[in-house]
Amino acid sequence: MALKLLLIGLVAGLFSTVFGVGGGIVIVPLLILLLGFGSKVATGTSLAAIGITALAGTILYAFEGHVDVAHATLVGLPAAAGAIVGTGVQQRVSGRALTLAFAGLLASLAVWLLVA
Amino acid sequence: MSASTVVFAVSLGFAAGLLAGFFGVGGGILFVPTLVALGLSQLDAEATSLLAILPTVAAGTWRQRHYGNVRWRTALALGVVSIAGAAAGVQIATALPEDVLRRFFAVLLLGVAAQLAWRSRRAAPYPSQP
Repeated sequence: MALKLLLIGLVAGLFSTVFGVGGGIVIVPLLILLLGFGSKVATGTSLAAIGITALAGTILYAFEGHVDVAHATLVGLPAAAGAIVGTGVQQRVSGRALTLAFAGLLASLAVWLLVA
Repeated sequence: MSASTVVFAVSLGFAAGLLAGFFGVGGGILFVPTLVALGLSQLDAEATSLLAILPTVAAGTWRQRHYGNVRWRTALALGVVSIAGAAAGVQIATALPEDVLRRFFAVLLLGVAAQLAWRSRRAAPYPSQP
């Protein structure tokens, strides 16, 4: 258990600052696969863990002058509202259409980043 | 900053939060391309994304706590351990050329998109399981 948590935490932290993400894409599946967490508890626990990871990453990058507070506010505050809606939706629906919609959105953004 | 830029940023920010709450992630996967579209460099977008994640996961955690889905000791252990990984990641990201970092991120996006598409093919995506 402790060794698995260590492994998940280290990989999530690395992902977090190399890609600018929270690490949830690593934490959620690994909590389910390695530690047998249920999906909702895995997502809830992941969100809390990401708070610490992202705070550390923000401080580390701020020292190097890479953090733009105005832009972070512009996308981060609407996202807080979105997160409240998203967690509520998660409690009620299977969300297959939403999952597919996100897959399509991410794939098109990936193509745009590769050709831009 | 024009009105349409603000609408674009707010819309994609909201979508990132929706994704974050629904899948238990930070939303960075949408924040980063949005911030690049707004004119930030890849590295600045990634660093800024991490700050934008904070209000997102604070709101998401607050709601998930209400639903009884947060294991605090596990979250704390993961978070504290992740700091070492995050410190190593900053060294890697700042050492890599901008275009390499952007291509890595695009590949990650494609991978996550494929994973989401694959999951939705099966009967139930994991957030719906008990």
